[in-house]
Amino acid sequence: MLLLSGAQAPYMEKLMRKFVIKRILISIVILFFVGLIIYAVMRFLPTSYIETIARQKSMQPNSKSYEEWMAQLSVTYGMDKGIILGYFQWLGNAFRGEFGDSWFWTVPVTEKFHETVWLSFIMGLISMILELAIAVPLGVIAATKQYSKTDYTISVLSFITISFPTFFFASLLKLVFSIKLGWFDLFGLISREHYHLTAWGQFWDKAAHLVLPITGLVVLSIGSLMRYTRTNMLEVLNSDYIRTARSKGLSERNVIYNHAFRNTLIPLVTIVGGSLPGLFAGALITETLFKIPGIGYTSYQAMVAGDIPFSMFYMVFLAILTLAGNLISDILYAVVDPRVRLS
Amino acid sequence: MSNKEEKGYLSAKESRRISKENKKVTSVLEKKYRRKNESEEEYLTFMEDTNNAVEVRDLHTYFFTDMGIVKSVDGVSFDVPIGKTVGIVGESGCGKSVTSLSIMQLLQRPQGQIVSGEIRLNLGDKAYDIARINAAGAQKLRGKYMSMIFQEPMTSLNPVFRIGKQVDEVIALHNSEMTKEDVKKRTIELLELVGIANSEGVYKMFPHELSGGMRQRIMIAIALACSPKLIIADEPTTALDVTIQAQILDILRTLKDKINSSIMLITHDLGVIAEMADYVVVMYSGRIVEQGTAEEIFASPAHPYTIGLMESKPVVGKRVDKLYSIPGKVPNPVNMPNYCYFKDRCEMCVEKCDGDYPEFISLSPTHKVRCYRFYDQKEGK
Repeated sequence: MLLLSGAQAPYMEKLMRKFVIKRILISIVILFFVGLIIYAVMRFLPTSYIETIARQKSMQPNSKSYEEWMAQLSVTYGMDKGIILGYFQWLGNAFRGEFGDSWFWTVPVTEKFHETVWLSFIMGLISMILELAIAVPLGVIAATKQYSKTDYTISVLSFITISFPTFFFASLLKLVFSIKLGWFDLFGLISREHYHLTAWGQFWDKAAHLVLPITGLVVLSIGSLMRYTRTNMLEVLNSDYIRTARSKGLSERNVIYNHAFRNTLIPLVTIVGGSLPGLFAGALITETLFKIPGIGYTSYQAMVAGDIPFSMFYMVFLAILTLAGNLISDILYAVVDPRVRLS
Repeated sequence: MSNKEEKGYLSAKESRRISKENKKVTSVLEKKYRRKNESEEEYLTFMEDTNNAVEVRDLHTYFFTDMGIVKSVDGVSFDVPIGKTVGIVGESGCGKSVTSLSIMQLLQRPQGQIVSGEIRLNLGDKAYDIARINAAGAQKLRGKYMSMIFQEPMTSLNPVFRIGKQVDEVIALHNSEMTKEDVKKRTIELLELVGIANSEGVYKMFPHELSGGMRQRIMIAIALACSPKLIIADEPTTALDVTIQAQILDILRTLKDKINSSIMLITHDLGVIAEMADYVVVMYSGRIVEQGTAEEIFASPAHPYTIGLMESKPVVGKRVDKLYSIPGKVPNPVNMPNYCYFKDRCEMCVEKCDGDYPEFISLSPTHKVRCYRFYDQKEGK
């Protein structure tokens, strides 16, 4: 596919369409089984929401026994069928766009999703922009000064950030900036006096609460992107056409930021484009640690409570995002690289 | 060192020591190369003979690796007369590419460094010593006064830029007074000059839409764009099939005469040398073992290595079961001994060969060889 020329564009377009359709069909099959596995796991989970409710109800005075409550609630929540049958029932409803009500949140799943996903999206978007703005230049600098002190410093720092577990780094941030310095609140999205503030004040209040979680997300993700940029840049800088560019007498600046960087962009755009759907996925650990009511924290609470409808929706949504990300990065590859481009 | 010879590998300690020493040397050289705001007097020089485009004198280019210092080019001297073609022959790793990269100042820095010697480039009214030049100075020379054609046309063009842009770039860079239209016109003209029929179409194409031969033509167009004094062609036809090879060589030869520049042709293909070169330099393990005019080298090769090279080349009309090959392999370039490097592979050794590395013996005013077999001849004279 790499060697097709511009003259064969219509043929390529057809090939591309065929490729995309094939990938979508495969994705559907994958999704079906991913959903089945998630459903089975959710059903096997030791924390059953129904059992908890049944136990609570049977504790009340003059109530039916636990077994009786279980039988009744299972029918009410539709959990009286086996796993396979239950999954198909969920699937059938999902196809009609009915994801049911969340057991834990007691509102329709899609409503709760709408309520929380945008906060996660904004957080993800800001951290991705910061991540790119920091990691890509650092990677380029490290590559152009390979084996220098600058390179080693950047590399060591990036390895440190890669190696930090999220919960550890988040706790560290909290310790330093909330407890010791007292610059930010320890957790939550709004402060106590939030509702007494002006609209502008409320905005700044929320923004201040997002500083630490976003810092955590950015610092922990720049490492790998920076390494990726560095590796690609090094590969490009060692290629023959860079030597050609130098032999023309171009300035080192032009060689690196025009000739080399344009080529480094190809894999970079692919990987960034592929991670775009992931912006909707939320950051489960970070959000939970900072108690930010985004999609990640919300679904964490639902999962702990054994909320099958919400968890199913969120996990299948994640699976769709992953598959969409892969497809997008493959298509983007064809868009960015002139060797694969459709005219 | 003794440790290394016994075990055949370096201990971590020794390797660290070497890399530390290397760093010391290379950082000094690197600083010198990167120096800024130098006036050109720093590297202004005079040509020995103004009919030469390039004079290389006692050039030493070393690579400071973690295994030790590799003397890739170890005391090489030769001239490239204006309007002539000099062929540099030798097997892989003999230092012919490193010589050319030294002239272009395109060595893989900081490991690769010109340690000593002179490379005098004749600019017409003045001459520069490229071995002493700084980065900014070398950059101004590249593309304008000297250019290079590389051996791998498939990967030598930037895949994300159109052909037009890649040729325009070099013209616009060195001719700032030209307008955009003029530059494009010149590019189209150059493309036609190197034998591309559909020049307007090719102008808008990407490199991957062209064949290897076409790409090499583009490379030649780029190299010739500013009518340089010196064109270095580093195995320009190695990756091409024979018919295209002949065409490419033909283009190179005619265009060289048109703009009266010199070619330094690097190859291991003796057929190409015979067809193109006026002078031949034979290199072995970083040193010149024989040099002379093309007729002298082909009619009366003197050095056993040159003779071996000639014999290992298939001859039309002569039937042999097995082609000759020089026995043994190229010696390890780290820590070379001080005797003739070819001694261990040579079939014509004489007693004296155990001595130091032989000096040049002149067989004629232009023909020189470094071999003990001719010492008697010299003494006899």
